[in-house]
Amino acid sequence: MTIVVGYVPTPEGEAALTQAIAEAKKSNDTLLVINSSKGDALVDNRYAQEPEIQTIEERLALQGIQHIIKQPVRGHDAAAEVLDAADEHNAELIVIGLRRRSPVGKLIMGSVSQRILLEADCPVLAVKAD
Amino acid sequence: MDVWSSLMDGFATALTPMNLLYAMIGVLLGTAVGVLPGLGPAMTVALLLPVTAALEPTSAFIMFAGIYYGGMYGGSTTSILLNTPGESSSVVTAIEGNKMAKAGRAAQALATAAIGSFIAGTIGTALLAGLAPLVVQFAVSLGAPSYFAIMILALLAVTAVLGSSRLRGFASLGLGLAIGLVGIDSVTGQRRLTFGQPMLADGLDIVVVAVAIFAVGEALWVAAHLRRSPLHIIPVGRPWMGKKDWARSWKPWLRGTAFGFPFGALPAGGAEIPTFLSYVTEKRLTKHPEEFGKGAIEGVAGPEAANNAAAAGTLTPMLALGLPTNATAAVMLAAFTSYGIQPGPQLFSSQGPLVWALIASLFIGNLLLLLINLPLAPLWAKLLQLPRPYLYAGILFFATLGAYSVNLQAFDLVILLVLGALGFMMRRFGLPVLPLILGVILGPRIEGQLRRTLQLFAGDPAGLWSEPIAVVVYIIVAIVILWPLLFKLVRRNRPVPASVVPAHPSEVLLGEDDAIQADQNSTRIHHNSHHNKEKP
Repeated sequence: MTIVVGYVPTPEGEAALTQAIAEAKKSNDTLLVINSSKGDALVDNRYAQEPEIQTIEERLALQGIQHIIKQPVRGHDAAAEVLDAADEHNAELIVIGLRRRSPVGKLIMGSVSQRILLEADCPVLAVKAD
Repeated sequence: MDVWSSLMDGFATALTPMNLLYAMIGVLLGTAVGVLPGLGPAMTVALLLPVTAALEPTSAFIMFAGIYYGGMYGGSTTSILLNTPGESSSVVTAIEGNKMAKAGRAAQALATAAIGSFIAGTIGTALLAGLAPLVVQFAVSLGAPSYFAIMILALLAVTAVLGSSRLRGFASLGLGLAIGLVGIDSVTGQRRLTFGQPMLADGLDIVVVAVAIFAVGEALWVAAHLRRSPLHIIPVGRPWMGKKDWARSWKPWLRGTAFGFPFGALPAGGAEIPTFLSYVTEKRLTKHPEEFGKGAIEGVAGPEAANNAAAAGTLTPMLALGLPTNATAAVMLAAFTSYGIQPGPQLFSSQGPLVWALIASLFIGNLLLLLINLPLAPLWAKLLQLPRPYLYAGILFFATLGAYSVNLQAFDLVILLVLGALGFMMRRFGLPVLPLILGVILGPRIEGQLRRTLQLFAGDPAGLWSEPIAVVVYIIVAIVILWPLLFKLVRRNRPVPASVVPAHPSEVLLGEDDAIQADQNSTRIHHNSHHNKEKP
């Protein structure tokens, strides 16, 4: 079985990753790390660069967790990518990080977390940054 | 009136609150499009042409000048922080600039680029103010044959010297000249290339052509290449420089200016070649050769000064002779025509106040740019996070609105689309855009000079070389055309030296330094080299 974690290089993303590692250890599952970008801006700070991915890779290897890291750039938003990956790998759990959003911001930009929570076919574990 | 008092009058015009406001808008817009790869000052001025039709010409040109200079400043920010040149003239800046940024010296790199640009821009503008009237004095003595020859030189030089493929350059030039021919011939009343379409009888509006080729073509091109892995931008605080950086920067600034201005003023100069020359010179003269390749401040200071000095240099033939040598100057020249102002040597006498206000506003714009660029560089870098679909949707909207508003004819929109598709195809097949736009703008004027010459000499083509200047220029033209052949002959007779001077700077840079991830749409002039890179 697989655990899917939506990762972004922010405190929320780190919290989600830490939680996902704990879950994966507990159940001895494969961990699928998804870090995506729509790829439509020249600069996207939520898209992890090579050194960051390296760090995660090492961290997961050190913990002895089977893992796959994917960075799809296909023009889909992050929610679609996480849900796609969960479907594809028959995930038993999705882990995401939540951040505080103002109602207006949410109205305009929508919420990735909300879409995952509503549309996922498996349990979703949402964590906050400390 | 002497230069000094004319210039002071210019300042008086440029410093009125309204004109200051336009200068401010210009530099802000210019910096923004400079920062964003793929958007350049030429496109922006083209897009603004219809919008500014209602403005005083003076205000409009003050704004255009701000955009032009602003683009030169903005390009360096992207080069340094993102390793993608924002403009083709800041390709060289990326080499050392990005290495400096990676080594944690982004603030100093940005500072030396901004201050160097300011100093070079100011010296360049002063040279422009001093030299342009002299060039005019010389130019008014020239007759139609000499003009014809000089314009031929400008077209050929831009086509043959810039860009990596002569064939593509000439193909593009041919397209431009053909577009310029459309309409009723002013002398004989004959219809040319109108295909029986009465709407084409007036010719293609230069604004529509420029907007289509620059804005629509670019937007379609970007839309076709929208998705790419996002790059990492190096975070930076407020730019500043230490004492040591000043000591190492001031000489490169001055040397860069010395390279930039003359090359900008030459018909085929552009801003790319002097930046490259400046980089090579700094590399040879530096006291810190070990730092080159790892982030030497000289390698940022020199080229950045060179491209701003070149910008000022470009305006010299544009204002004094009516001869544009790069895309932005070409579009500005089109703007003169659309205001009903005849560009050429008579411009200084017929539109003196406008020209001097324009030159004065260049000084002002330069200072404004320094003020907004030094503290705000990190903010400008944020522009790069803008999702490009929104950006290009906006550009397409403005392009359509602008093209329609010129003549309020739906037919112009058809032309916009057709030429936009042409612009897209040109980018797809690596045809440079500059020869086309120069062909469209200079083509009819060259024809006019040719006809005047032939009429003066009763149809005898010998009249074309009846002036000594014309003969000299034709010899230069011959050298430009035959250069590859001569080069080959010389090489065959002599053993090849170890380091052959590169025919085209950016090609070498792209080849030798993989670190420059040239964006496929960042440097319009060098498309073909990008193609090779994209298709491994």
